[in-house]
Amino acid sequence: MGKFVRIKLLIGALALICSTFAVQAKLQLVITEGVDAARPIAIVPFKWRGDGLLPENIDRVITDNMRRSGKFNPITMSTMPQFPASDADVNYASWAATGVDTILVGSVEMQADGRYQVTYELIDVLRGQITGGNAQTLVDGQLQYNNDHIIARGSSFIGEDDFRQHAHQISDAIYEQLTGERGAFQTRLAYVIVRDREVHELPFQLVISDYDGANETRLLSSPEPLMSPSWSPDGEQLAYVSFENKRPQIFIQDIYTTSRTRMTDFPGINGAPVFSPDGKQLAMVLSKDGNPEIYVMDIATRDLRRITRHRSVDTEPSWTPDGKSLIFSSERGGKPQIYRVNLATGRVHRLTYEGEMNLGASVTPNGEDLVLVNRTNGDYHIARQRITDGAIQVLTRTYLDESASIAPNGSMIIYSALHEGKQVLSLVSLDGRFKARLPAADGQVKSPSWSPFLF
Amino acid sequence: MQTNKLMRTLVLGLSVATLAACQSGPSEAELEAERNRVAQEQAAAEEQARIAEQKRVEAEAAKRRQELEDAKNAELDALKNLNTVLFDFDRATVKAEFTDVLKRHADFLIANRDQNVVINGHTDSRGTPEYNIALGERRAKAVETYFLNAGVRGSQISVVSYGEEDPAVMGATEYAFAQNRRAVVVYQ
Repeated sequence: MGKFVRIKLLIGALALICSTFAVQAKLQLVITEGVDAARPIAIVPFKWRGDGLLPENIDRVITDNMRRSGKFNPITMSTMPQFPASDADVNYASWAATGVDTILVGSVEMQADGRYQVTYELIDVLRGQITGGNAQTLVDGQLQYNNDHIIARGSSFIGEDDFRQHAHQISDAIYEQLTGERGAFQTRLAYVIVRDREVHELPFQLVISDYDGANETRLLSSPEPLMSPSWSPDGEQLAYVSFENKRPQIFIQDIYTTSRTRMTDFPGINGAPVFSPDGKQLAMVLSKDGNPEIYVMDIATRDLRRITRHRSVDTEPSWTPDGKSLIFSSERGGKPQIYRVNLATGRVHRLTYEGEMNLGASVTPNGEDLVLVNRTNGDYHIARQRITDGAIQVLTRTYLDESASIAPNGSMIIYSALHEGKQVLSLVSLDGRFKARLPAADGQVKSPSWSPFLF
Repeated sequence: MQTNKLMRTLVLGLSVATLAACQSGPSEAELEAERNRVAQEQAAAEEQARIAEQKRVEAEAAKRRQELEDAKNAELDALKNLNTVLFDFDRATVKAEFTDVLKRHADFLIANRDQNVVINGHTDSRGTPEYNIALGERRAKAVETYFLNAGVRGSQISVVSYGEEDPAVMGATEYAFAQNRRAVVVYQ
């Protein structure tokens, strides 16, 4: 819980540009494609043992998480044959008959001290049907019940304010158990909301929220554009570009204390700040020496190292996971394409050839793919390119896609696209099968950046 | 009463005439004093004329200055309304139709060396934000280069690219795109 509560308490109005807590732009997730391909699962409503109302509906948060992962399709309550609270109550055969092979059951029990005990079991009903819930194995020559149909279980005591967070934690546990991949339900997003200049004095807002758009909190409001938020690897700071002084400057802001430091104020472009994987350096684009070039700044000493040297545009640096190379967009071959530069040798080589141009690339956490913006026939789409053989797969069908940012577990990409004349955040799974939109109630939403793992 | 006053004036006048008649003529000293007096009067008159002329010239100059100032302000106002140059998609070349306007800006900046400008470069929303920052800078620099070649001093010009972040027209229509691909000359 720690960090989330701290965020609530400590993120406050910045001295420079004062702001309040609530953001009206709250994102609502609309799944547009991919539910059918997902694996069915049943998240049975948790049994409530206590007085009055539950502080927050844990099973609903878990259901939403599973659906938004793109990998699961939670069945509706009306198609559930029963509402068991624990494995002992489960009728395996009746669940197996619904075509669901995995169910989550649980309960919430109010304690005398005002806390709550949350218990859950993730059950393989097919295995349960075979063993009758009483599988026996030989351990040290003794026959023992091993309950191997229960894939995961947990029990915790939590406070009133921790329900949502705990639901994300259970989601992470069951997602990892079922997919073999770490869950990213306890991560956050940073993005920029732009509202109408004619109506709002401070139309540009830097906002962070939970990965699902909940707990939106404003970090900064400004009369001038804000760009390119990017997380530090410890998830405690954001680097971004602000035009508040009528020219671009790079800032680093602590999201818990809201204190901030101006890192650059060079003539020309000060843009695209990205933390190195070790958090000690900031890659950036400066045009102080004539045209846009990639630089790396040591954050502690502010020492600047020029990485590219070419008379054409070099921009959009992104670190490889090992921190030894940067990939970037360059016009050195004519139209912009993606290149990689080895930071030790300075050697540059080209990575993309498909399409009219490729822009804004980043490397997936496992280092196997590039995620980029591909322009083909004038259309800008998010695409994925395998690094080994260069095979490219266009993932999206939205309009004017840009600013792709990959979840730290590599499962999902968040990006900005145009929908009905407004910029909205959109999601696409790395296999391209699941697609969703996160339209905001008010204003355009752009420059999304997915946080690293926070817990 | 009237007669009494007249009599007194007559008597006084007679006595002065009698006194003067006693002298043979004006002394050298008297003549000198008289000449000085006349010269002083002349000098004063000339000084007054000179001051009047100076004031007239100053007024004339002020009027001229005001006229020039008004003309400059009128030109500045006109230029502020002609501050936008549009570009083709993904291009940063100043189009021929805008060279007259840029020439007028350049002439003004050459005539007014204390006048500084910021050239803001902008793009439409196609392409990525960072690429558009680079493209916006290229557009602003194309205008800067035009000014420098025309004789404007580099110290009068600064360049800021806003990329796609500050559109003139919201939305994703071709019209909006065309209006947003621009460089704007902002007088400081």
